[in-house]
Amino acid sequence: MTEIIQKVKNLSIGFKSKKGEEILILRNISTNIKKGETVGIVGESGSGKSTLALAMMGYVKHGLYTIGGECEFNSSNLLKMKNRDLEKIRGRKIAMIPQNAGQALTPNLKIGYQIDEALQLHSDLEEKEREQKISELLNKVRLPSPETIALRYPHELSGGQQQRVAVAMALAGTPDLLLLDEPTTGLDVTTQAHVLELLNFIAKDTGTSMVYVSHDLGAIAQVSDRIIVMYSGEIVLEGPSRDILKKPIHPYTYGLLKSIPKLSLAGLPQSMPGSQPQPGTMHRGCSFFDRCNFSEEKCKNNSPQLEYLEKLNTSVRCFNHKSLMNDSQVNQTVNKIKTSLQDKEILNLSEVSISYAKQKLLDQVLNRISDDNPTVKDININIKKGETIALVGESGSGKSTILKSIAGLLRTKGGIIKFDQKRNLSSDLKERDPNDLRIIQLIFQNPDESLNPNHTVEEIIAQPLKLYFGLKGEELKKNIIDLLQKVRLGEFYMSRYPRQLSGGEKQRVAVARAFAAKPDIILCDEVTSALDVSVQAAVLNLLQQLKEDFGTTYIFVSHDLAVVRAISDRVAVLYQGRLCEVGPSKDVYQFPSHPYTEVLLGAVLEPDPDIKPKLVAEDIVEEKPPQKGCSFQGRCSRILGDICKNEVPPWQITSSGNSIRCHIPLKELQKVQIN
Amino acid sequence: MKLDNIYQEEKKSNFAKVSEIIITMASRPSGFIGLSILIFHVILAFISPYIAPYDFKAINPTLMLQAPSAEYWFGTDDLGRDVFTRTILGGRTALTITFFGSLIALLWGGLLGIFCGLVGGKTDDIVMRIVDAFLSIPWILAMLLIVSLLGTSTEVLIPALGFFYGKGIVRVARAATHDVIAKDFIVSARARGHSNFSIIWNEIIPNVRDAILVEGAMRWSWMLLGFSSLSFLGFGVSPPTPDWGLMISNARGLMSFAYWSVIAPIVGLSSLIIGINLTADAFAKALGIDRSTKAPV
Repeated sequence: MTEIIQKVKNLSIGFKSKKGEEILILRNISTNIKKGETVGIVGESGSGKSTLALAMMGYVKHGLYTIGGECEFNSSNLLKMKNRDLEKIRGRKIAMIPQNAGQALTPNLKIGYQIDEALQLHSDLEEKEREQKISELLNKVRLPSPETIALRYPHELSGGQQQRVAVAMALAGTPDLLLLDEPTTGLDVTTQAHVLELLNFIAKDTGTSMVYVSHDLGAIAQVSDRIIVMYSGEIVLEGPSRDILKKPIHPYTYGLLKSIPKLSLAGLPQSMPGSQPQPGTMHRGCSFFDRCNFSEEKCKNNSPQLEYLEKLNTSVRCFNHKSLMNDSQVNQTVNKIKTSLQDKEILNLSEVSISYAKQKLLDQVLNRISDDNPTVKDININIKKGETIALVGESGSGKSTILKSIAGLLRTKGGIIKFDQKRNLSSDLKERDPNDLRIIQLIFQNPDESLNPNHTVEEIIAQPLKLYFGLKGEELKKNIIDLLQKVRLGEFYMSRYPRQLSGGEKQRVAVARAFAAKPDIILCDEVTSALDVSVQAAVLNLLQQLKEDFGTTYIFVSHDLAVVRAISDRVAVLYQGRLCEVGPSKDVYQFPSHPYTEVLLGAVLEPDPDIKPKLVAEDIVEEKPPQKGCSFQGRCSRILGDICKNEVPPWQITSSGNSIRCHIPLKELQKVQIN
Repeated sequence: MKLDNIYQEEKKSNFAKVSEIIITMASRPSGFIGLSILIFHVILAFISPYIAPYDFKAINPTLMLQAPSAEYWFGTDDLGRDVFTRTILGGRTALTITFFGSLIALLWGGLLGIFCGLVGGKTDDIVMRIVDAFLSIPWILAMLLIVSLLGTSTEVLIPALGFFYGKGIVRVARAATHDVIAKDFIVSARARGHSNFSIIWNEIIPNVRDAILVEGAMRWSWMLLGFSSLSFLGFGVSPPTPDWGLMISNARGLMSFAYWSVIAPIVGLSSLIIGINLTADAFAKALGIDRSTKAPV
């Protein structure tokens, strides 16, 4: 038997509410981490996964306290240890890699110095040896030219590089256990795939145990040997990762896997009803009872215990796991999207270019924007009425920038935005009349930021109704209730504040506010990326339903290719503010593709241990689009030579109407990509 | 604690909100002390004319510089006036003038700050440089200039103090607005086409109100000190009106042998300032804008 390095026994952590009640965040958690194994802890926000990971290094967040149980490491209980003794363990024996490395690194100290600090604390090396060790560590996390990286400041590195530095710092103390709290969540898809591959390599190379906390089953699937699924502070399922992902025997995991959109399936995944109970609101019975499709009468009043199944080496907390075991292959069924595509074009973007360059005085005086290499250039898209067009690309690809200009929030440098083939829309808000503002509405990524925290839901939805239609009194109220019903929220939500709503409910309110204006076009800026997976599917289904009811056109910006695949009719791929590929979504997801689309598709993580991401190109970040030639020349693995560097590639159109902007002939492209 | 928010349910009336804040403030020892001192001073200011044992301007040469006794609790001053009477009356003018002064400071400072934060660009640059220029002038010099030109009447003092103490609020309000302005709900309101006025009133003010109120409360205590300094220099309240600053100024030469005539107004002034300061701190904590919050890890 392999050695157990961390033993969590009956751990309960919670806080006291204002009324003095004890409210549990973690309920009676027991698990073991073995030497050399990678354990993935997965769960929705609020499931207690981060609290558990922090407890594993003896840390309990301010305001919370340990109610019972212990975290045993090297046969001593971390939660009872003195700070002085903990300091000897943290960093040396247990290290943590935070979610946002950019914030975890001190901004005004050089990378080398920060790693050196970690080495001074956690190792007994002499100064000379430390210097060597720094470049060794940076080499290990595959940072190019360690000597120069060590002399840089954190802000001079890209997000992926910062995360690598954080990994290097964690490795400085040669820890036995690495805790990773959502280490790739803020990164681009391609970078994420690279970082995960690196983590896998390090786990094998150093034999370190890892605890990988994430909400993303796709990422968990790539790294972990064993998976712990958490739900409202409890472990509901624990077992070997392949079994859990292929044959989940707990209804929550089953539902979760079904609600994740997949690249191979067009159409919307099924959503799980309801949301996770808030801590303290749990009653008797199974905490998943309200949302479970397999529940029975006994689940309502009796809470199931974690049951160990020897045959599967799995623990499960469900009365009905046997019936699930028989047919629990995740047969994903999707709700096919109906397209009410009309031939009429509703929005035309022609030759749109946008620049962020600081204006020179002369240009300011003449009120013009001059920049020969603008951030966004040559955008030609014709959007049909009733379609959902998705703009995809990594951060910095200009997708949100284009949305802003369509909404009138950012002045374009050139080009025409035409509505309904008649009216030119100015990209300056002040020059648009109120009706032009009404027809285009925005839904934002993070509903926490897009809803005023000091307004009630009623006030939030009333704003567009008052502004555009001048509604008052009873009529206003009736309209608000109507809109709330359309987004499946009850009337009683009117008096609530955003902080009293869950993430999904908030996003529904934001959707209701956008639809209140009766718009023709809705711009969706990463609307689901701040939401939990099970909620994401529900919001996508809602958006689709509303689109069918109202005939709205969506311009959907996302970095998540699987989500885009699920909801969009057409996809436009952007790199460095230039279009690479535009076409019907089923064709974009098939070869031949633009080499950049190929990179993106290869990096998508699926919750399936058998599908490994294909890392086609390096994850370097380019800061500026190239002056001439193809925008993707810097990272393209299929680069032809000088032609790509000097000439802007032509648009090539496939038989199914997919346009690809590449110098490589389509047939050849298809041939090399399929192999 | 933030986690508790989930247990609050329906919308509360304004009265309920205010009383909850006051209860939270009083539940902390420092907040309780501060509030008690402040309330004591305010009540005293209201009732002192009715409870004062003597006439504040009755000069009695036979009673010069009497030590505290059963008859004259805090003793008498160099003109034989009762120090107790003059002390309990001495806070009234200062409190009134600085209270209204702070309101004016809050109003103009807050609104200008929010406006600058919202519009940004050149307008913001120009206004903020003017504010900086004013901040660089020692306020007491400028006050002395104004007071000597326009006199020491209440109608001059209130707006003058309000102006000088509002400069700092402009910066705080602008910074608070900057925190809010980048949030998507402002972008969303802009994209819908709301006017600047509507954005300030509906979207920004509810979010920066707390920060500005706390700042205003702090300014109030500084203004009180400032006003007393003016009186001390002879530019505030004119004799024989009792005023702490004036009393300290008159009696400071006698400190070595008649300490009582200077101790009482000093205690009055400093306790009020401490009271306002503690209250403002507790207010900030009750609203959740604690300036000394610990780092999360």
